[in-house]
Amino acid sequence: MADAPRMPIESGVPEMDPYLHPVLKKNYGNWKYHDRPRPGVLHHVAHSGDEIWTVRAGTQRQMDVYTIRKLMDIADEFAEGFVRFTIRSNIEFMVSAESKVQPLIDKLNAEGFPIGGTGNSVSMISHTQGWLHCDIPGTDASGAVKALMDDLYEEFVNEEMPNRVRITTSCCQINCGGQGDIAINIQHTKPPKIDHTQVANVCERPSVVARCPVAAIRPAMVNGKPSLEVDEKKCICCGACFPPCPPMQINDPEHSKFAIWVGGKNSNARSKPTFHKLVAAGIPNNPPRWPEVSEVVMKILSAYKQDAKDWERIGEWAERIGWPRFFEKTGLPFTKYHIDNWRGGRANLNASAHIRF
Amino acid sequence: MLNLMVGSQEPMNIPMGELLMAKPMHDTPMLDQLESGPWPSFVTGLKRLANDNDMMVDLLGQLETSYQTRKGYWKGGTVGVIGYGGGIIPRFTELKGENGKPVFPAAAEFHTLRIMPPPGMHYDTNTLRKMCDIWEKHGSGLIAFHGQSGDIMFQGATTDNVQPAFDELNEMGFDLGGAGPAVRTGMSCVGAARCEQSCVDEGRTMRMLVNNALDDMHRPALPYKFKYKVSGCPNDCMNSVQRADLATIGTWRDDMKVDQEEVKKYVADMGRKKIIDNVITRCPTQALSLNDDDTLSVDNKNCVRCMHCINVMTKALSPGDDKGVTLLCGCKRTLKIGDLMGTVIVPFMKLETDEDFEKLGELATEILDFFAENALEHERTGEMIERIGLVNFLEGVGLEIEPNMITRPRMNPYVRTDGWDEEAAKWQERQAAQ
Repeated sequence: MADAPRMPIESGVPEMDPYLHPVLKKNYGNWKYHDRPRPGVLHHVAHSGDEIWTVRAGTQRQMDVYTIRKLMDIADEFAEGFVRFTIRSNIEFMVSAESKVQPLIDKLNAEGFPIGGTGNSVSMISHTQGWLHCDIPGTDASGAVKALMDDLYEEFVNEEMPNRVRITTSCCQINCGGQGDIAINIQHTKPPKIDHTQVANVCERPSVVARCPVAAIRPAMVNGKPSLEVDEKKCICCGACFPPCPPMQINDPEHSKFAIWVGGKNSNARSKPTFHKLVAAGIPNNPPRWPEVSEVVMKILSAYKQDAKDWERIGEWAERIGWPRFFEKTGLPFTKYHIDNWRGGRANLNASAHIRF
Repeated sequence: MLNLMVGSQEPMNIPMGELLMAKPMHDTPMLDQLESGPWPSFVTGLKRLANDNDMMVDLLGQLETSYQTRKGYWKGGTVGVIGYGGGIIPRFTELKGENGKPVFPAAAEFHTLRIMPPPGMHYDTNTLRKMCDIWEKHGSGLIAFHGQSGDIMFQGATTDNVQPAFDELNEMGFDLGGAGPAVRTGMSCVGAARCEQSCVDEGRTMRMLVNNALDDMHRPALPYKFKYKVSGCPNDCMNSVQRADLATIGTWRDDMKVDQEEVKKYVADMGRKKIIDNVITRCPTQALSLNDDDTLSVDNKNCVRCMHCINVMTKALSPGDDKGVTLLCGCKRTLKIGDLMGTVIVPFMKLETDEDFEKLGELATEILDFFAENALEHERTGEMIERIGLVNFLEGVGLEIEPNMITRPRMNPYVRTDGWDEEAAKWQERQAAQ
């Protein structure tokens, strides 16, 4: 008889302790305050009097083992052998002496890693997998982010924005990249092209019908084979039918465009959390560097940087100055597509005489 | 001499002695343009791996093709490890030549292992070096720190290599995360480990929530995904209010702490105007007032714990001592019914003692079970609550209604109120019991 197969050790989320910097472990839950001596560096002081300096560096997120080993060499030689990652794929090195900060920064810079992403900077873009690994992508993720971060480099290494700016990208309308001050998402503009020879083989038709938010899909016989058809007048081109049924080809090199959304905010600071709002669409999917996307993002950021008050996030700024002025200041066209006509959408219309002149 | 096809290019004659060397690189004129510029380039990393890794040579070939055609070429499938039903993201190439064979055969299988990191994503260098060694041996050598759901993503293994790679990572003390209709990998902020604003042991909370539900993570059988996220304060650095089915956010219910001497120093350093413009008038409930002697008055009854003033004056202001968590349920992004924020289902609960943690664990299990039994296929908790109504959901999971769950009372008259007296009596009873 063959050996019994190895069964997994169902250990779940590992304990944090073995991976914690000793100063963090010692002062767990007992921190007093923090300040930021310079962009990219946090300084935390514990009630015990212990201090820790954190140097934050940007990474490419999708890292080869050579890059990771290089970062580990730096962590061993210039820091204290412990690192952590932020939710936006920045790497953080913790050191217990201020004297170690500058040599660590110098080494990271020399190896090509930008120092920043703290406070009122533009941090690394949180993003999805795209053509590199996703099965339903309308575009790439790592490449679009690399190109955009090249353009935003100065805003990452400095803290010159009114408040923090969190950007996300998503390669389809499922929006795995998440909410952001600025979200750059694929927006399909044409109904799916259906490969009727495949539908019966690979799709569970009732569940595809059930996925459609506007009930535009119904079962049909096409060329004697069971398939699906789409009422193209109803279709909102969201792509919800594509993941459960790949023959519903929604991705289109020409007609899958980018849309840009602003004003998402998860923090409760000042205003309640908000979702991002559509401000621009119809932007071409133009690899390898997507210059048209950068152009719109830069327009928004430059208007925000110039006009917002300290601590105002992009969404708060737009709400204060009013959306008419947002479109005026950014120079983005206002269209009928900005007016919400989804269920509950009237709540987003101006039901007052509040008008700015 | 051997006659080999390399990608879609012309046949090449390669001497036998050189077969051990990596296959030659494909031309990648578009990807090459992502090697310039100041931000670290993932393309440079991929190319370096491709020096001695055929899978990466062909991965670059397929990715370049995607850049040229603006199309994706992966499809899913069924790949797993023994004992689990999820956690691997299978990818098979769909980029095939006329003969039906993959154009880039060495990257025809390019699966991802989702591995759960320690809470707060802390690592020592040895652990990451070991992970690199394992992934260099069994996989492509490409690792993402981290995916959007919080996993370490070991990207690029053949079907045969998934099991040995998992076995070695598993022996190191790491486990597969979630994928498909299952409990997903959780996330918690850096929190108590290095943040003075932490109101709860975030790592312990996330670990307890996820590890209580490992069966529903590793054997996907839920209506759809279910996510736990834990943020230590209302700054909600984990975006839990927008992304988690059960968001756990640290808060406090006593007075926030004010160090008046530090307040005076801020006023002296920043100037009164800046303090008034950036702190006092930015309070969403007008709970702050700057006194004539440059100290600060706080109307704690009207403070909503938004964190703004504490974020600005980190040395002077901090959360109170009577800490706990607020729970919100049902957030998600668009598909199918539109974006949904979480809704408060527990305004405050303590989370300090073992009993407190047990209580939260029981409630989370109750919610997960209710979801498993009552949600429709492909429906998230938020959509389920939208469909059945918050009151039915709360009854189902055994929670009492309370006014902190709403922004404002109902504005439409379409409701039957014939149970009013009983409901009012219940409220009076609960008030009297407190």
